[in-house]
Amino acid sequence: MFMQYLNAFWVGGLICALAQILIDKTKITPARILTLLVVLGVVLGGLGLYDYVEKIGGAGATVPIIGFGNSLAKGVIKGIKEDGFLGIFTGGTAATAGGIAASIFFGCIIAAVFTPKEKG
Amino acid sequence: MKYTNEEYSKYLDKKVPKSPLLKNMLFAFLIGGAICCVGQGFSDFYKTVLGLETEAVKTATSITMIFLGALFTGLNLYDDLAKYAGAGTLVPITGFANSIVSPAMEFKREGYILGLAAKMFTIAGPVLVYGISASIAVGFLYYIAMAVVGGGM
Repeated sequence: MFMQYLNAFWVGGLICALAQILIDKTKITPARILTLLVVLGVVLGGLGLYDYVEKIGGAGATVPIIGFGNSLAKGVIKGIKEDGFLGIFTGGTAATAGGIAASIFFGCIIAAVFTPKEKG
Repeated sequence: MKYTNEEYSKYLDKKVPKSPLLKNMLFAFLIGGAICCVGQGFSDFYKTVLGLETEAVKTATSITMIFLGALFTGLNLYDDLAKYAGAGTLVPITGFANSIVSPAMEFKREGYILGLAAKMFTIAGPVLVYGISASIAVGFLYYIAMAVVGGGM
């Protein structure tokens, strides 16, 4: 049990630390980093390579945004296996529907309820 | 205050202060790792207490982390953490929620349609556009590969 937390910590932490190098060493904006990492996750997921990271890291692999890309790719492959050609289009968003819908719903509600801090 | 997409990115950029690389990496490592441990905690809860199956555990954990990221952004706490964490708060899925709520709150004054709702996707939009498009491209390749090897994969 404890080992799983330790692994989640170092795997998740390592992914963030590597992304920090990208931020510090290049002029890449955070928006581009997130986009890049999601696409990286899709590629790794499509090749089935992220499974290894997930096996070790648990939430340390699924919580970083790369895990979102991985879920998209795995979902598409699952969709193809179940529904054939149509699965190419339905599989990815079906697998990530919960996260996408939650982002939109909570984003909307919380932005409506709270106000940003005044910048001094 | 009005932001274009680029200005908003710069505004996010400012939360990632430029200072020694190793120190930034350490903070990103520690805070990013800690956020993943919170995710691991929820994951274990959904698995052992609620008895959800593997895929459902992942979905429920994502939804929970997104909610927390959105809530802490609303409370103006996430950005304070982000000043130290850099990629440690950007890369976890909570950072994705932050990238949605932050501009949505900021632009609320321009109305709920073209302000809040439209600007929600300043960063989440590109992430979804390229993420989903890439996954469909992977799907095409996989489908063709499967057709070639006769469904043996």
